[in-house]
Amino acid sequence: MAEKVLMKGNEALAEAAIMAGCRHYFGYPITPQTEIAAYMAKRMPLIGGTFLQAESEIAAINMVYGAAAAGKRAMTSSSSPGIALKSEGISYLAGSDLPALIINVQRGGPGLGGIQPSQSDYFQATKSAGHGDFRLIVLAPASVQEMVDLTFKGFDLADKYRMPTMLLSDGTMGQMMEPVSLDMGEVKEYDKSSWAACGTKCEREHNVVNSLFIQPDELEKYNFERYERYAQIEANEVMYDEYRMDDAEICIVAYGVAARVSQNAIDKARENGIKVGMIRPITLWPFPKAVLNAAADKVKSFVCVELSMGQMIEDIELAIRCKKPVLLCNRTGGMIPTTADVLSKIEEANNIGGDK
Amino acid sequence: MVVFEKPHALADVPLHYCPGCTHGIIHRLVAEVIDELGIEGRTIGIAPVGCSVFAYNYFNCDMIEAAHGRAPAVATGVKRSDPENNIVFTYQGDGDLAAIGTAETVHAAARGENITVIFVNNAIYGMTGGQMAPTTLPGQVTQTSPYGRDTSKVGFPVKVCEMLSNVDGATYLERVAVNNVKNVKNAKKAIKKAFQNQLDGKGFSLIEVVSTCPTNWGLTPEKALEWLEENMLPYYPLGVYKDKFAEKEDK
Amino acid sequence: MTHQILLAGFGGQGILFSGKFLAYDGLIEDRQVSWLPSYGPEMRGGTCNCSVILSDSQIGSPIVSNPDVLIAMNLPSLDKFENECVAGAKIFVDSSLVDRKVERTDVEAYYIPATKMASDEGLSGLANMIMIGYMIKKAGVMPYENVEKVMAKVVPAKKQTMLALNIKAVELGYNFD
Repeated sequence: MAEKVLMKGNEALAEAAIMAGCRHYFGYPITPQTEIAAYMAKRMPLIGGTFLQAESEIAAINMVYGAAAAGKRAMTSSSSPGIALKSEGISYLAGSDLPALIINVQRGGPGLGGIQPSQSDYFQATKSAGHGDFRLIVLAPASVQEMVDLTFKGFDLADKYRMPTMLLSDGTMGQMMEPVSLDMGEVKEYDKSSWAACGTKCEREHNVVNSLFIQPDELEKYNFERYERYAQIEANEVMYDEYRMDDAEICIVAYGVAARVSQNAIDKARENGIKVGMIRPITLWPFPKAVLNAAADKVKSFVCVELSMGQMIEDIELAIRCKKPVLLCNRTGGMIPTTADVLSKIEEANNIGGDK
Repeated sequence: MVVFEKPHALADVPLHYCPGCTHGIIHRLVAEVIDELGIEGRTIGIAPVGCSVFAYNYFNCDMIEAAHGRAPAVATGVKRSDPENNIVFTYQGDGDLAAIGTAETVHAAARGENITVIFVNNAIYGMTGGQMAPTTLPGQVTQTSPYGRDTSKVGFPVKVCEMLSNVDGATYLERVAVNNVKNVKNAKKAIKKAFQNQLDGKGFSLIEVVSTCPTNWGLTPEKALEWLEENMLPYYPLGVYKDKFAEKEDK
Repeated sequence: MTHQILLAGFGGQGILFSGKFLAYDGLIEDRQVSWLPSYGPEMRGGTCNCSVILSDSQIGSPIVSNPDVLIAMNLPSLDKFENECVAGAKIFVDSSLVDRKVERTDVEAYYIPATKMASDEGLSGLANMIMIGYMIKKAGVMPYENVEKVMAKVVPAKKQTMLALNIKAVELGYNFD
């Protein structure tokens, strides 16, 4: 095993992107993700890569679009309001079947909001990252090690399915340091010659990267094809983690920093004799519906812990077909629920008893 | 003996442009230049949103369709992906380049991005049916300036070459027209130089082509050319607005 | 064994650095570690704090809201965090900058004039490490014999002149009273 190093989440993520073969980073400054850009600005020129600070988030995502269209591994990073500006470009990436990695180190909103950690872009990431019929693969790290592993994985999934992937992080994950191993293994190469716009060399028909299809039946056909790919992803790429679920009667569902806080609360509640565990989605899309639905047949209630006014909770209710009550434990605006907050919600869930 | 044929870089497909529209001529000039420089295999074109949105079907080189106004940013990404090999051009209209995409245009120029921009200025939004453009002339009637462009309310046209001539990063800016044989020949020369600059690593070149839109101007092709000469050219004088390397070459 | 440590003071006192020092000890001892700074406008001259957790089991929340070790290097920090400490916590106060005593009686309070000692000893700017030295002695968060090894890892190569000074500061705190 490679020696572990102590790194900030944002910097570890940036290094993982480089190790994944990304040589094209385009960004625009916004707190709390600036370490990523700063790291790239330092490293890219030393390894023959491109770091470019664009004139706007809009330009940055379109530079990613250009580099991705030319067949390169490209990425951008931003935080909530900046991601909103990128949404047009994200839709174009999806509509043109281009792989790319987009990092959202979330901050509080709406509007200019705040700069403290938040998870209030869940809807934006999983439901409406842009206009039109499309999906993003959405990965949610809960440790610095996962910032690294999921960045690496994110590039691979993007190439494998030819679609944009988002890493949905938050200020806590970005700013914290933990020991991390950067031993990622081999980068898998994908053949992009059938679609990349990198020059015909006068040896083939021209490639066209495009999302415009004026004939509705043609556009429909492409959307159908894309959703067949999405179905494969839902079947094959769901990732989640279980914590103390074996005999659990209450199931916490939380991702990212909320899952970390929940873990403390679970340990405390167990000391008090409450049988509680956690299912932590690692892919927010595809959402771990099946495991949650199966859990709904065993537990008496769910607690959704999130740093928003309640966004993921809707997916939990859908996944379990509303078979069991789902309580919400939340803070918003940059506040983080404490262990005590989660503990008291667990106790509440324990008191509401059996079936709905 | 073949005396006239399609440039290889121009695809053998019917263009969708209206009768009398000058896009066809400009496409041809770009394709001829690509042929003459022998760069088709390494050229990547970026099509905009607007009348030339389908340009990706009309050139035989690799093509990318960009979001409205974003072509210079997309071109930046493509160029940076392989700066030694890729020859990258954007082909944009006035709404795309001088309204929604102003920031991308100015900053690509400011960075001295080593790309070639073909800017077609016909003083109107053609594709959407004739609305006021950033380059619509004072007093000009369009669908969204039905009483004529009132400069006291909506301001004045943007003169792109003049504006960019103040941007240090820009290398070569020339305004041309394709309304007669002499001007077509000159336009081709300018376009060729704009591509040659890129081959030579000289940086950002933009050729503004003053053009007609007979359909949305409500004129016959012939009258449209007259209107261009009487109204457009006095407001948008032809000529070289910046040529960073001219002096050195003259010596 | 888990230590939930909160280090707090003004921006510029080296709060984050001293937290990093503890985190690196965890790293070389192969313990579970998390280090989390407060960030944002507070960094720019206002109050600054840093959560460090060292544990032998998996760490949940990286946010230390109820510390068992608190280092308070200014009055606002003591005011803000004294009541958040767990019962039995050890609170370390820089008594050259904080002129009040710890009010709670269910915690252990330790006072050291770290900022004054630093300036007396020509170690200006290293009061943070004097606090760390004293804290190691009284709270036993990390073994004293690791100090040199950890310091070599945490002081950047460009600032090797600072290495000996930092070690001296820790020593000074460790040998206080």
